[in-house]
Amino acid sequence: MALLQISEPGMSPPLHQARLAVGIDLGTTNSLVATVRSGVPVALPDAHGRPLLPSIVRYLPGGRAEVGYAAQARQAEDPKNTIVSVKRFMGRGVKDAAHAENSPYDFVDAPGMLQIRTVAGVKSPVEVSADILRVLRERAELSLQGTLAGAVITVPAYFDDAQRQATKDAGRLAGLNVLRLLNEPTAAAIAYGLENAAEGIYAVYDLGGGTFDISILKLSKGVFEVVATSGDSMLGGDDFDQRVFCWAVEQAKLPPLSARDMRRLLVKAREAKEHLTLHGEAPLTAKLSTGDVVDLALDTETFCSITQTLVQKTLGPVRKALRDAGLGVEDIKGVVMVGGATRMPQIQRAVGELFRRDPLNNLDPDKVVALGAAMQANVLAGNKPQGEDWLLLDVIPLSLGIETMGGLTEKIIPRNTTIPAGRAQEFTTFKDGQTGMGIHVVQGERELVSDCRSLARFELKGIPPMAAGAARVRVSFQVDADGLLSVSAKESTSGAEASVTVKPSYGLADADVERMLRDSFEHARDDMHARALAEQRVDGQRLIEATWSALAVDEKLLSADERAVIAKAVASLEKLLPGTDHRAIKQAVEALNRATEDFAARRMDEGIKRALAGRKIGSL
Amino acid sequence: MQMKSHFELFGLPRAFAVEADALERSYREIQSRVHPDRFAHAGDAERRASLQWTTRVNEAYRILKDPVQRARHLLELHGVDVAFETNTAMPAEFLTQQMELRESLEEAVEARNSGNLDTLRKDLGKAREALERQIGHAIDTKKDYAGAAGLVRKLQFLDKLDTEIDAAYETIE
Repeated sequence: MALLQISEPGMSPPLHQARLAVGIDLGTTNSLVATVRSGVPVALPDAHGRPLLPSIVRYLPGGRAEVGYAAQARQAEDPKNTIVSVKRFMGRGVKDAAHAENSPYDFVDAPGMLQIRTVAGVKSPVEVSADILRVLRERAELSLQGTLAGAVITVPAYFDDAQRQATKDAGRLAGLNVLRLLNEPTAAAIAYGLENAAEGIYAVYDLGGGTFDISILKLSKGVFEVVATSGDSMLGGDDFDQRVFCWAVEQAKLPPLSARDMRRLLVKAREAKEHLTLHGEAPLTAKLSTGDVVDLALDTETFCSITQTLVQKTLGPVRKALRDAGLGVEDIKGVVMVGGATRMPQIQRAVGELFRRDPLNNLDPDKVVALGAAMQANVLAGNKPQGEDWLLLDVIPLSLGIETMGGLTEKIIPRNTTIPAGRAQEFTTFKDGQTGMGIHVVQGERELVSDCRSLARFELKGIPPMAAGAARVRVSFQVDADGLLSVSAKESTSGAEASVTVKPSYGLADADVERMLRDSFEHARDDMHARALAEQRVDGQRLIEATWSALAVDEKLLSADERAVIAKAVASLEKLLPGTDHRAIKQAVEALNRATEDFAARRMDEGIKRALAGRKIGSL
Repeated sequence: MQMKSHFELFGLPRAFAVEADALERSYREIQSRVHPDRFAHAGDAERRASLQWTTRVNEAYRILKDPVQRARHLLELHGVDVAFETNTAMPAEFLTQQMELRESLEEAVEARNSGNLDTLRKDLGKAREALERQIGHAIDTKKDYAGAAGLVRKLQFLDKLDTEIDAAYETIE
């Protein structure tokens, strides 16, 4: 019957309930989940009314884990098994991890990304992050009373491909349908821009617990366009704690500390830092297991002087972003401050001096990112009618390229390119009869490959033997809307094609993710089948609705026969949805996807034609 | 859908002189219809088509916004290859001028003088504007495509210097 209805021209697509969608700020220090309720973004609190979830996971014997406040309370007792600031390890190897020498963890050097040995087994940062995300998913599902259709997870704008991929994997592992990875400063700009109806060029200065971003955005009605972004993914509030910690060790002339004492003193250092936001002096006292007693007072002046280089370190990227945007400080209408670390008065002062204006602090720096992400999730889930939504144009933070002769980097997609982006470049063989070509994908701004981040290595095989320089190998880069890269290479002169596509994966193969997914369900005593079924049903329902609304608008693009094929695929999927065979539903979803492929392409062409027609009428 | 040029994609005339506002409006209008954010809840087929189109539209926009790339594309449409890689012959006078500019750049870096870099950038901006006017005249008015190619190569040189000035600021900081 439904199909008869939609064949009526001018009929609106069937009404559907709002899909449950959330925004998640997966922070270094705290994480939170938010959703849009009756048009207003709200953070979802836990059973005790607390919106923040400390990003701390404590592993217990037997594989159980405590997440959040419970883990936080025990961190000094059990530092080796209590993972804090895991975000700093995402997509990173042991030698990249700053302060690794100050960390109490038992690191395992794994290819691509480090791992941590705990009493519950060896854990990848992806698994630790997934444990945090899982708690937030469960909180949201309890609060919204239903299965989530999707989530937007935020990442620092300056995160590279490895760190982004790791975050997306963590989302999947936590059982989330990740609608999009959204840059944190962009999320903040959405929340700020909509709340204040801001228009013009704004800077977002985002100093979190472990990462720093600066984004320059052009805001106009209905469009958020990132012009340039820069930052430092290894700089944040944690580094200020470290400075205070080192100062205390030196002042109190402490001997080398045990892991427990180290954590105890670090916690005190953080408290002293936070105290200084509102006071001129902070006590720093701790009783260590060695019997040593630390009894110090840290004043503002000392704090500023020991952290001055950190504050300065944020200003370089700010200047760079302005230069990349081709703008001066006089062009900036406002500087939005985001992240708990921007509460420090010396940060406020330095930013104010550089931009020659008072920074904007009218948003809760802890919540604004999650609220913006929730608003974007609401749009991506299709809950906002066209016209009331907005267009978001973001960029990649670091150039992507490949290694060429002599260990040099050839940039293929430069930083600050608007995503999605794709570009191809031709390379050739340098030896007679060469049949293979190694391709090394890197990310970064430096000339030398050794100074950039290595993302993936692969080899194109089966090039027909030819004279040196005769082969034409076309390497294509594609960056999607999440800022994630895939690379393919193809040799085509001879007609015999050699081709390969890679997605850099940093030691976590798809099979690993599947295995972790299975394990995690077993631990949670969750019914994996029930979950898979619920997800497939949501997916199937979504696709049917999308097909309906597409047909309602663009049915005229199809012949009667073509329409019948799609109608049949919809009907078979509809019939399977109430059943319990999730694999059959999955197959029907795939079949419907295939059946609508041509229709989708035609609809896209039509959209462009309409856009141009609209322009011409508008400009008459 | 076949499009012969990036200009057609945005409904603009094939000319070096581009009305920036019209280009931006057209770009945003198209993006608001094809962007992946519009299809995040759609099926795989639509999401793929959206990714392809958005990529293409972003690339076309980047080319039309950038004077060197725009001119190169336009000349290609007229059958003239700008040949950045192979044709590096430049008038002696222009090369001398470039050498001088690079020397002042090096001096500014050695003296760690960002004021001098500011001046250099300003001068470069003026030189670029003048060249862009010449290119526009050569392509749009005189239809002298071969002559325009030489001017575009010069502009490419100036763009490189601009990148070096950026690097110099970073060195100084």
